[in-house]
Amino acid sequence: CAGLWGGSFAFDLQLPKRFQQFSCVFSFPQVHVKVADEAVCVGPAPTSKSYLNMDAIMNAIKQTGAQAVHPGYGFLSENKEFAKRLAAEGVTFIGPDTHAIQAMGDKIESKLIAKAAKVNTIPGFDGVVKDAEEAVKIAGEIGYPVMIKASAGGGGKGMRIAWNDEETREGFRFSSQEALSSFGDDRLLIEKFIDNPRHIEIQVLADKHGDALWLNERECSIQRRNQKVVEEAPSTFLDPDTRRAMGEQAVSLANAVKYSSAGTVEFLVDSKKNFYFLEMNTRLQVEHPITECITGLDLVQQMIRIAKGYKLQHKQSDIPINGWAVESRVYAEDPYKSFGLPSIGRLSQYQEPLDLPNVRVDSGIQEGSDISIYYDPMISKLVTYGKTREEALKKMEDALDNYVIRGVTHNIPLLREIIVHPRFVSGDISTKFLPEVYPDGFKGHMLTAGERRELLATAAALYVAAQLRSQKFLGDLSRQWELCVELDKGVHMLGVSRSGNNYTVEIDGEKVEVSGEWNLASALLPITINGKHRTLQCLLRTAAGEISLQYLGTSFKLRVLSNLAASLSKHMPEKVPEDTSSILRSPMPGSVVAVSVKPGDNVAEGQEICVIEAMKMQNSMTAAKTAKVKSVHCKAGDTVGEGDLLVELE
Amino acid sequence: MATYALMRSSLGLLHGLKCSFKSVGQIPYGAAAGAITQAKGLQNARCYSVNHLSVQERIEKKRKAALTGGGQLRIAAQHKRGKLTARERLELLLDPDSFVEYDMFVEHRCSDFGMEADHNKYPGDSVVTGQGRINGRLVYVFSQDFTVFGGSLSGAHAQKVCKVMDQAMMVGAPVIGLNDSGGARIQEGVESLAGYADIFLRNVMASGVVPQISLIMGPCAGGAVYSPALTDFTFMVKDTSYLFITGPDVVKSVTNEDVTQEELGGAKTHTTVSGVAHRAFENDVDALLNLRDFFNFLPLSNKDPAPVTECHDPRDRPVPGLDTIVPFESTKAYDMLDIVHGIVDEREFFEIMPNYAKNIVVGFARMNGRTVGIVGNQPKVASGCLDVNSSVKGARFVRFCDAFNIPIITFVDVPGFLPGTAQEYGGIIRHGAKLLYAFAEATVPKITVITRKAYGGAYDVMSSKHLRGDVNYAWPSAEVAVMGAKGAVQIIFRGKENQAEAEAEYVEKFANPFPAAVRGFVDDIIQPSTTRKRLCRDLEVLASKKQTNPWKKHANIPFTGP
Repeated sequence: CAGLWGGSFAFDLQLPKRFQQFSCVFSFPQVHVKVADEAVCVGPAPTSKSYLNMDAIMNAIKQTGAQAVHPGYGFLSENKEFAKRLAAEGVTFIGPDTHAIQAMGDKIESKLIAKAAKVNTIPGFDGVVKDAEEAVKIAGEIGYPVMIKASAGGGGKGMRIAWNDEETREGFRFSSQEALSSFGDDRLLIEKFIDNPRHIEIQVLADKHGDALWLNERECSIQRRNQKVVEEAPSTFLDPDTRRAMGEQAVSLANAVKYSSAGTVEFLVDSKKNFYFLEMNTRLQVEHPITECITGLDLVQQMIRIAKGYKLQHKQSDIPINGWAVESRVYAEDPYKSFGLPSIGRLSQYQEPLDLPNVRVDSGIQEGSDISIYYDPMISKLVTYGKTREEALKKMEDALDNYVIRGVTHNIPLLREIIVHPRFVSGDISTKFLPEVYPDGFKGHMLTAGERRELLATAAALYVAAQLRSQKFLGDLSRQWELCVELDKGVHMLGVSRSGNNYTVEIDGEKVEVSGEWNLASALLPITINGKHRTLQCLLRTAAGEISLQYLGTSFKLRVLSNLAASLSKHMPEKVPEDTSSILRSPMPGSVVAVSVKPGDNVAEGQEICVIEAMKMQNSMTAAKTAKVKSVHCKAGDTVGEGDLLVELE
Repeated sequence: MATYALMRSSLGLLHGLKCSFKSVGQIPYGAAAGAITQAKGLQNARCYSVNHLSVQERIEKKRKAALTGGGQLRIAAQHKRGKLTARERLELLLDPDSFVEYDMFVEHRCSDFGMEADHNKYPGDSVVTGQGRINGRLVYVFSQDFTVFGGSLSGAHAQKVCKVMDQAMMVGAPVIGLNDSGGARIQEGVESLAGYADIFLRNVMASGVVPQISLIMGPCAGGAVYSPALTDFTFMVKDTSYLFITGPDVVKSVTNEDVTQEELGGAKTHTTVSGVAHRAFENDVDALLNLRDFFNFLPLSNKDPAPVTECHDPRDRPVPGLDTIVPFESTKAYDMLDIVHGIVDEREFFEIMPNYAKNIVVGFARMNGRTVGIVGNQPKVASGCLDVNSSVKGARFVRFCDAFNIPIITFVDVPGFLPGTAQEYGGIIRHGAKLLYAFAEATVPKITVITRKAYGGAYDVMSSKHLRGDVNYAWPSAEVAVMGAKGAVQIIFRGKENQAEAEAEYVEKFANPFPAAVRGFVDDIIQPSTTRKRLCRDLEVLASKKQTNPWKKHANIPFTGP
């Protein structure tokens, strides 16, 4: 049996063993295939020419003689045309039948079907919205806030929330553009936006013989811009009754559309445990591994069985909840900018924390891979499992600390903060979690006094270890070091003494014991601080004493100098930084969709200046102050890099 | 001579000198000199032991005076400019308590223009010299003291500098000069000029014997610039250092150009436009700490092997990222620095001239702890072609490595020499010849890795087997050919119809490593991810390489021009 694997995520390394015999399809000439037997290039990087290019994929299928196709997630996975063409060629599509994809893929139709199947639905307009003015009219009828979303969409793309008429018009424009570029279909719909909800979804599994199961829920409330960041299964919020009610409605919807294969029914759940049908995803979800962890079922294997026409192996009463699983989506994103703006680059170093038990990493990349602007910026999904939620979260801390990613900016600082935040730990979350917890944006880990000492001590010990290595030929030196360490504008005088690999660092009268192997070539720095085991990462160490350490997920910049160098540094001239209020630079790499101003225009603070599209997201760039436009350095269609000058104001 | 004087007026240093004549009585050293005169008067009336004590006192006083240089006021002024004093710089550069000072009591010998007056004599004059240690390794240093007569060069100043240079050559240890000087001491006239020449001669004699490094930390102008220019490496401090033959005022009067000091001879100019300086650092502290780091790469002399330090990076570490780094499309660029960082120890690469002639990358790194020189074409800039500036940049670096026993690793991805009138008129033929010459004459271990293109004459130049490359590797993506397929087919099949087919045939035949490999021009085709392991092993084998060139008085490298 040969099969074909495509999808937004280049490759899933943890696929069941039996899947390894299948050929895989990739669009990048350089993507490295570690597990597949065969890889077929389906075109250049832009998705419309590769993963969304049906002709190319059909050719690949003929070329490899594939008998079945697993469509992966995203792209053609929910495309009814694709399923039809496969059927015409006599190739099995590992997924539901075309009519189910069609019915559930269309959000308007799916809602009507759900209503008919007695599934709770959100009040809204059951039809396609023609233009922005009609959108405003309908929004007025439903009542603000409203959600505008792509009829064909999913994954948060082409989705906007509007609180007034103005935002409705703007949202309509953005959503239709995004919908067109992501799905090739710009139809939009509008519905009531449920404020402060949880996003909880039910995994269903149905066979071709009319049997269906619900495989419990996944809590996916931690989101930014309607895209999931941290997921867990089960949810802390559901009681057995609500779980069963949701599961039964999900199954009844699956039955209503004669669904077969794995699918996901998404619900919004309000604080009173009222739940509303959101949509049904007729494919495998990115976050499916956490369901596999707690149920012990291999969903891909089940999908293949069902596609072959076998009956379900399990009964509803067989489906357990064993332990707890958490998934973090590791993105190539800068979490300090709107909880994650895409970043690109080459993974100069990459090491997954696979040596830790109960850690699963699904990724499609390896050291040397390029993260480009053409795809979703996901690096991997990191899954940890424990008997209890506490255990799974602790494991996640370790896994994030041991995850080495260099060359691109990544969101580990944010992930590491979310999973230890008291609100998250207590289960008090909603889809508003991030903006509520970080109203002024994510700023990284805030150090306690004790943590600050640990960090200073580590930097000092690392500095001394490196200095000592430079002097190896002098014999084993053991003496007292007087250092001055700077950490975000705080200056500390430290004394360091050493015996073997153990360093005693004195900070403001407190002694900190740091010991470790001090391998200066290793990306990871496993050390013991005052008897506590910690894994830090050294990101940078320069001759001028700059040291960057990743500690508790966040990267901290320190400067370690001898007291002499520090005291002489006070004579050094200060460099004047650039005035950023009158300069608009691209916050990320991407392409310019539209420029709304020209030189000489007067702009008001907050007015849109241009729109940058990156990784399928459109981002509006606004003026930082009211001023006249001095010069414009980009035009629609340009590709811009991070930090490129876009517009100068006077 | 005129040049010096003009230059100095342009720097406003004469003003500084005048000030020193008038105000010297107010500074502590003036008081010290008075006390010494008194002691002299009492000398005859005292018995021997007391006399002895007074000498002790005088020694202490001279030492104290020497340590404060031009006095507290000028030290404060130096700090205000964002600069450290000559002694602070040495303290930071050298290991604690390692500095041994020479000639602290030397004074200038000028007796004209009132210079003979006691208050115009400063023990040690305008330079601090001696030897010390950097991470325990011996180095000779001189540090010009801007607080004494603007760091101007007197006969005595030059004599002190020559003394440390002579000794450095004798014992075989590098010389580091910290330059901060207004130029010649005009009061001394020709004596000062002679001093410069004495230093130049020693720079030339020491060249290739011990490493010489100049760190420009203030003005360095007029004839003085030729000393740094003769040394192996010239580093600068951003915003506070300048190098030029004549200052902005003279430029204005001669060529009517309006130019600032910074534009004319600042760190940015010399590290990006002229190629005079090899690196620039943020400030004094940053520069000195980096210099300490840089020093670790260098052998002490031409008799010393390349230094080996403790290495925590496994020598056989695979570098999986290299297997995918070269794009399939041969027109697509990638960053040669990614390859360099991946292969060398701990990703540590001290790049020389990072902002000049960026189509070639040169610098120092370590392989299994041993210093190596890295040369690589940079496909990211101008497709990595060789042109005038990149040839000269590469040639000078290769010659330094060869002179000081540092093995050379060359990464080749070169589409050829840059065509065009600008290059031909600029003398690409003779400049390109320098790089060829440098690689050909080098007798240190030479390892070459062809990552992609090695086209035409540029293939020969880039440390090819034919120029005595010891180990030459090709990656599977290598294409060793006279030129790219398109150009070749246009020549071979001129006027013929089926060009596309011919091109495909050419690609099949030549755009791969086999034509070179079957002839033994590359020793092996290796998997990129194994490159580090292979190179470390080869370097160990080649550590005992011995090769000599025929006897000659000196070779005659095609030297003319920049």
